[in-house]
Amino acid sequence: MTLSLLRRHLLSAAAAAAFIAGAGIAPALADKTLLNVSYDPTREFYKEFNSAFAADWAGKHNGEVVTVNQSHGGSGKQARAVVDGLDADVVTLALAGDIDQIAKATKKLPEDWAKRLPHNSAPYTSTIVFIVRKGNPKGIKDWGDLVKDDVQVITPNPKTSGGARWNYLAAWAYAAKQPGGDEDKTREFIADLYRNVPVLDTGARGSTTTFAQREVGDVLISWENEAFLVQQEFGSDKFDIVVPSLSILAEPPVAVVDANAKAKGNEEVAKAYLDFLYSPAGQRLAAKHFFRPTDPSAADPADLARFPKLELVSIDKDFGGWAAAQKKHFADGGIFDQIYKPTN
Amino acid sequence: MSEAAYPVRPQRRSEIGEGGIIQWLLVTVAVVFLTSVLLLPLAVVFGEGLRKGWETFFAAFTEPDTLAAVRLTLLVAAIAVPFNIVFGLAASWAISKFEFVGKNLLLTLIDLPFSVSPVISGLVFVLLFGAQGWLGPWLEAHDLKIIFAVPGIVLATVFVTFPFVARELIPLMQAQGTSEEEAALTLGASGWHTFRHVTLPNVKWALLYGVLLCNARAMGEFGAVSVVSGHIRGLTNTMPLQIEILYNEYNFTAAFAVATLLAALALLTLVLKSLLEWRFAGELAATKRH
Amino acid sequence: MAFTLLGRGKTLREASVIPGFGLTLGFALLGLGLIVLIPLAALALRAASIGPAGFIAIASEPRVLAALQLSFGAALIAAGVNAVFGLLVAWVLVRYDFPGKRLLDAAVDLPFALPTAVAGIALAAIYAPNGPLGGLAALLGLKVAFTPAGVVLALIFIGLPFVVRTVQPVLEEVERDIEEASALLGASRLRTVFSVILPHVYPALLTGFALAFARAVGEYGSVIFIAGNIPMVSEIAPLLIVIKLEEFDYAGATVIASLMLSLSFALLFIINALQGWQRKRFGNV
Repeated sequence: MTLSLLRRHLLSAAAAAAFIAGAGIAPALADKTLLNVSYDPTREFYKEFNSAFAADWAGKHNGEVVTVNQSHGGSGKQARAVVDGLDADVVTLALAGDIDQIAKATKKLPEDWAKRLPHNSAPYTSTIVFIVRKGNPKGIKDWGDLVKDDVQVITPNPKTSGGARWNYLAAWAYAAKQPGGDEDKTREFIADLYRNVPVLDTGARGSTTTFAQREVGDVLISWENEAFLVQQEFGSDKFDIVVPSLSILAEPPVAVVDANAKAKGNEEVAKAYLDFLYSPAGQRLAAKHFFRPTDPSAADPADLARFPKLELVSIDKDFGGWAAAQKKHFADGGIFDQIYKPTN
Repeated sequence: MSEAAYPVRPQRRSEIGEGGIIQWLLVTVAVVFLTSVLLLPLAVVFGEGLRKGWETFFAAFTEPDTLAAVRLTLLVAAIAVPFNIVFGLAASWAISKFEFVGKNLLLTLIDLPFSVSPVISGLVFVLLFGAQGWLGPWLEAHDLKIIFAVPGIVLATVFVTFPFVARELIPLMQAQGTSEEEAALTLGASGWHTFRHVTLPNVKWALLYGVLLCNARAMGEFGAVSVVSGHIRGLTNTMPLQIEILYNEYNFTAAFAVATLLAALALLTLVLKSLLEWRFAGELAATKRH
Repeated sequence: MAFTLLGRGKTLREASVIPGFGLTLGFALLGLGLIVLIPLAALALRAASIGPAGFIAIASEPRVLAALQLSFGAALIAAGVNAVFGLLVAWVLVRYDFPGKRLLDAAVDLPFALPTAVAGIALAAIYAPNGPLGGLAALLGLKVAFTPAGVVLALIFIGLPFVVRTVQPVLEEVERDIEEASALLGASRLRTVFSVILPHVYPALLTGFALAFARAVGEYGSVIFIAGNIPMVSEIAPLLIVIKLEEFDYAGATVIASLMLSLSFALLFIINALQGWQRKRFGNV
């Protein structure tokens, strides 16, 4: 192969690549393109919800096409990406604290964003449950069983995963409500629990893979919706869901990032998108994907029957809201960090 | 075991080679080590990707998001690799044909991206171009997007692959010296002419070798691209990021199917490289010595 | 830019009839500056703006120290393992003939070409307790995946080709004559190998070791899938950077990053000096 031949090959390869790529990168001629930056476990839900919304919008606006682009990842990571300039029109994250951070750092939405939509801007809720191996060989019934010496617990890192923060707080709430559960005892309980964690993944999905695919650990602390999804994906003959006596009401909030939506002329469609989450159609889809709808009236009763009844504490009543919980437990040098301080 | 690779005179063999058993033992250790560290992972990728048959395998590539990821990866490589060719040629020309102060520092700086953690390679561009970064507000005011868009992914990729071509060319061009170029110039050839007809033919195989490695890394980079991508489906996910996404959606077969594509690229790179080495062993020998 | 450099460069370099110094050096410096140096300078300045007291406070956090220790320690062990096995592999590939040698030789470069995330997922699948080799190790009471050993394993994968590919050509060039001379003079084979052949290879081996080490220290993609990521135990420094970023702690991320960066820079400088020494000592290497 002579050099000129070689060069011609390289050039034509580059040209071909540029052509293919160019053809694909050119935006589809959608009338509106919305970017929803979300957290990990909502992938399947928003996939279906987005097409339902697009159909609804087209019906009301003379067939105008809305394409909703999705970005998923750990809630904290996603919030940081928006702070750093990812131009989300709407954010649908795991916890209010992350949207607070966006509001504080970018001023692209007001700090009281949570008041703009019903139920603290959380159109659906969830809670935290356990997944154990089929037949529950270690006999795990409640949070108290997780600190036993021979039990290995899988949960993600609360520093990087929103779901993991709910896991942590649910465990804390349980310990605090036990007889003699003062602050010191509760801390000890939490430290014992995390000592039983052999793998601390960065996101909820990573933990699920570690537990289900790599078969590490005896119990996975998980979002309720993830637990159902795991049974669906991996087969209910492999895992059981255990509902603890007490858990936390997890409220994954949604918000329009006003400045971004405005810059793209998407204010109206972004607002309609979130409103559609609260509509009967949106609520029904949420229930279908294992999220607890805030307005169950439109949901399929068969879907609702899957949700177990249990005592739920709330972040606002029991922890004084996200800002306080974040500062006390998860901030640099907070209680979670102290667990991993060398003790000797 | 069998014939030594080198032409060794039979009567001396026991003196300067190892006994059959030792040889056999060393080969076995090497084979076991390479198999457990290198070949098994490769086998896993192909095994998992094809576990549910070819149909499922090919179905993975009909997914629009996956196709978009393939296209983006090709685009990024199509920009990053030519840039690195030009840069590599310029840098190695300056470094190998001239003596100047600070050459060692320059060599070290060219190598730097190679030992910088990919995470840091992404982080620096966030610090520079992010909304909270130095140029962020200016970029936003002018409606320019660098990170969480294609330019950021290209920048991070160029950063990570920066030393690849230069590193292949510099040792070879240093070894070849300057006498051929000087002769051509003395005979009246122009500088450009000399470069094209004297230097370039001398280094073409090393150049191609560098391009192959550079391309493989450009298409496979994960850490740096992950930091600047934004993970918007169908828009800013490259193939390695798409693999992570599929994997996180419990779609293991599709994840490994896409991984197979990258592994196949790796294999193709290796085959081409071996072919080059086999045909042009002499010319390439010098370039191997990093 | 090129012009000022040309003007200045002329006094700082030896005269030559070859043209294009200003153009090529200018372009090289421009590319280097825009893509590598300015971004890295941004990092350094950001770290500097934290101030020495804040910098030291972050850098001396036990968790940061543990992560740096793991990253550097595991990289050191991995590079050590690679030095031993890499030398062995190079030796076998250069000296012996056996079926499948070609394949093995080519496979050595696999880590250069295989995306790190794919490698990490595959390694985790093999060395997890329910994987083929992880199960074998579990029978022996060993745990590989999700422990610091998993980190070392991923780094061995990443670094191996650097050692093999630096040692191989040098080993190929060791003159058979000196071996024969040594043998004729009555030295045992072991003695010939260790005191005649290997001293020739040491500089290359050291370079390969340093390259493997430098590459391994910063590795991220392949490690996080197999490490376990427990703070103070199996959390590597690049992961801690990512974690700090995700909790909006830019200062913390920047400090760890700049620490790692300066250590890598120092390492590379040593490597280049080593290579210079090697070149001087053994001629055109």
